Amino acid sequence: GHEQDMKEKTNILIAEPLQKSNIRFEEFKNIFNFLAPFMDYPNRLWKFFTSIKLSVVLLLLLATTSIIGTLIPQNKSPEQYLSAFGEPLYRILDVFNILDMYHSWWFNLLIILLASNIIVCSINRLSATWKIVFVKIPPFNISRFKKLSNKEEFFDQRTPENLQEIYEPFISKRFGYTRVDQTDKGLRIFAEKWRWTRLGVYTVHLSVLLLLVGALVGSIFGFDGYVNIPEGETVSSIRLRNTGQLQNLDFTVRCDDFNVSFYDSGSPKEFRSKLSVFEAGKPVLQKDIIVNDPLRYKGINFFQSSYGPLPPREVTLNFQSVETGKIYRQNTIIGQEIKLPEGMGKFVVKDYRNPVDFRGQNVGEAFLGTLTPKDGDPVFVLLPAQFPSFDRMRKGSVVISVSGYNQRYYTGLQVTNDPGVWVVYAGFIMIIVGCFITFFMSHQRLCIDVIKKGGKSKVMIAGTANKNKLGMDKKIKTLAQKLVEL
Amino acid sequence: MNSSIILSIITFVYGLAAFFYIAHWVFRKDVLAKLATWTAFIGVIGNTVGIILRWVESYQLGIGHAPLSNLYESLIFFSWTIVVIYLIIERRHKSRIIGAFTTPLAFLAMAYASMSPNISNQIQPLLPALKSNWLIAHVIACFIGYASFAIAFGISWMYLFKQRDTGGESRLLAHFPKHNILDELNHQLVMFGFLFLTTGIITGAVWANSAWGRYWGWDPKETWSLITWFIYATLLHARLMRGWHGKRIAYLSIIGFAAVLFTYFGVNYLPGLHSYGS
Ligand code: HEM
Repeated sequence: GHEQDMKEKTNILIAEPLQKSNIRFEEFKNIFNFLAPFMDYPNRLWKFFTSIKLSVVLLLLLATTSIIGTLIPQNKSPEQYLSAFGEPLYRILDVFNILDMYHSWWFNLLIILLASNIIVCSINRLSATWKIVFVKIPPFNISRFKKLSNKEEFFDQRTPENLQEIYEPFISKRFGYTRVDQTDKGLRIFAEKWRWTRLGVYTVHLSVLLLLVGALVGSIFGFDGYVNIPEGETVSSIRLRNTGQLQNLDFTVRCDDFNVSFYDSGSPKEFRSKLSVFEAGKPVLQKDIIVNDPLRYKGINFFQSSYGPLPPREVTLNFQSVETGKIYRQNTIIGQEIKLPEGMGKFVVKDYRNPVDFRGQNVGEAFLGTLTPKDGDPVFVLLPAQFPSFDRMRKGSVVISVSGYNQRYYTGLQVTNDPGVWVVYAGFIMIIVGCFITFFMSHQRLCIDVIKKGGKSKVMIAGTANKNKLGMDKKIKTLAQKLVEL
Repeated sequence: MNSSIILSIITFVYGLAAFFYIAHWVFRKDVLAKLATWTAFIGVIGNTVGIILRWVESYQLGIGHAPLSNLYESLIFFSWTIVVIYLIIERRHKSRIIGAFTTPLAFLAMAYASMSPNISNQIQPLLPALKSNWLIAHVIACFIGYASFAIAFGISWMYLFKQRDTGGESRLLAHFPKHNILDELNHQLVMFGFLFLTTGIITGAVWANSAWGRYWGWDPKETWSLITWFIYATLLHARLMRGWHGKRIAYLSIIGFAAVLFTYFGVNYLPGLHSYGS
């Protein structure tokens, strides 16, 4: 069926445009005869790109070369490659851009060839298809229907006029276009539907081009970066992923809060950042973002991608006087000196570290401070958060321990701007719709020839479709069955 | 009775159905044919119940989500789709021999899911990145596509066997559907699969864009799904070329399904981020 289909198309669709362009080149050749050998190149090049063999070869090449990049990890550092492959192999792989192959000149060349193939093929055929699709009166050729193998014939007791009254509404309900032609011996009903589906292939191919254009627009005009924002702080720029440079935003973003929750099993359940956007100091937008639900503002998107702990800014400490045994609880800001009660002196928390090593032992997270007794030299104090009696070892007049502190986090955001994404999404929708049309809808034509035989009629029914001929054959069979029973 | 037990039983039901289909093909007894269809049908119903029950159980555990979130659940859905599509074809084409070449695939997928020590049949809570309706659409579309490619794979082998027996001497091949019907079925299933694979890749891209801000990143799983897409696109275009029919199309369909299997299982052994099973 398809071979025949192809032949039919080649005759109807290709012949015409090619002849036209040949004529144009003929004229040129006469004038610039000496250029003739060169003048033929555009023509040959054009023909090269109209070939479906080229598409098959290109698609296979893309499939096979794409495998390489999945076997060899892409975009790692030279050191990693050197230790994995050694110097000579690394050089070879690098020369052929295999370590970043999906952005290499040769992979891009394959894609450009593919795009040219699609464009040239479409141009080559579109005008002819257009003429077929947008005819005023659909042409029908009775001798073609008579030759069809799915033809069904039967006799009916009624006259052609009677049958017309029954058949016409029946057929026009099932087909978009119906026409009745009177003949010398009776009448013919022609019907057809879904002529426009011949344009489906162009939709698919156009959408492939849209995907490529959208990706190109995104890679030229968009950016891809990240930013870490500590809780409570504001940023006005982000860092680009490929160059490592700062990219200024024309607004600022504050992380008001970050929370992570866990399942009982200990695996993470949700990462949530409360973000606020400011323009010229005024809040304009607030949104909680989670994975799969980003903040979008002025074409720039903020995605939840990671988080991490930050040193706390405040800590609540217990001060126990050895003399009276009394415990004083006090909130301190890191870096700010406080006065202790009972004349125990002054204390300042200087730093927070995690983890801390104490004489070869890991004591986990700890605060580092300086105690200045009323009359004496400042002493260094180490306060591991998990060991409240640690400071007793110092044997001072006050025992200091950590009562609690608020864990602070920074939220790690992926920041992107992709002006091409809407072109890509349009391509996505078009390719699905286009594939459906090309695969499952066909231009179907039907002919019912009714010939007067005495007071009775001889009926012939046959039909064509530009795709799925077996399906059309079945359809004709059931239609014939129904006509007999009408 | 929980869903895992039901699904283990269904594994054996599918095994039995496959056995009946093969026995019917070899011994050509009508009883076996009826038995095969009914067993497959009961299998599908049990499979459906298992999937729904698993869904309900996840809500009872307080971590409710559609049962399409890990390798076990996707394999179960894969088997379900294969048998459903096959039964539709059986009804339309009135040929049960195709069942001998396709239901074993559903059985193997179920058996692998139930018995492989590497695959957990626990209902797991969803990681944050997996909480997306796009993911559900992605998995459903991909596996409908994979299932029709699986059936096309079985039919391609039938074509190749039939094609070798030019004299029509083999008793086993005598009742195979005709060449052109097998070829056409292969083509139809590839088109159907291609539409869903395309939709699957696209919904996956939209999901990636909502989770990470990029719709395409050339990670091995994405790339392999694209390789699969290229192979089937090659097949669809090759059919338009003169002389590319039947045998070569059958080979391409088999290679395409090998790429599907690699996308599904092989990629986990490659370096990358997308691993589903682990
Ligand atoms: C991915 C890149 C693709 C390339 C490079 C490509 C290229 C081509 C070329 C060169 C032709 C021949 C057109 C002609 O002779 O006029 C063609 C035809 C066709 N392509 Fe594609 N194509 C691509 C994707 C697709 C996809 C995804 C589909 C799926 C729907 C598709 C469906 C078709 C169909 C049905 C035809 C036959 C058209 C006809 O007979 O009029 N193509 N393609």
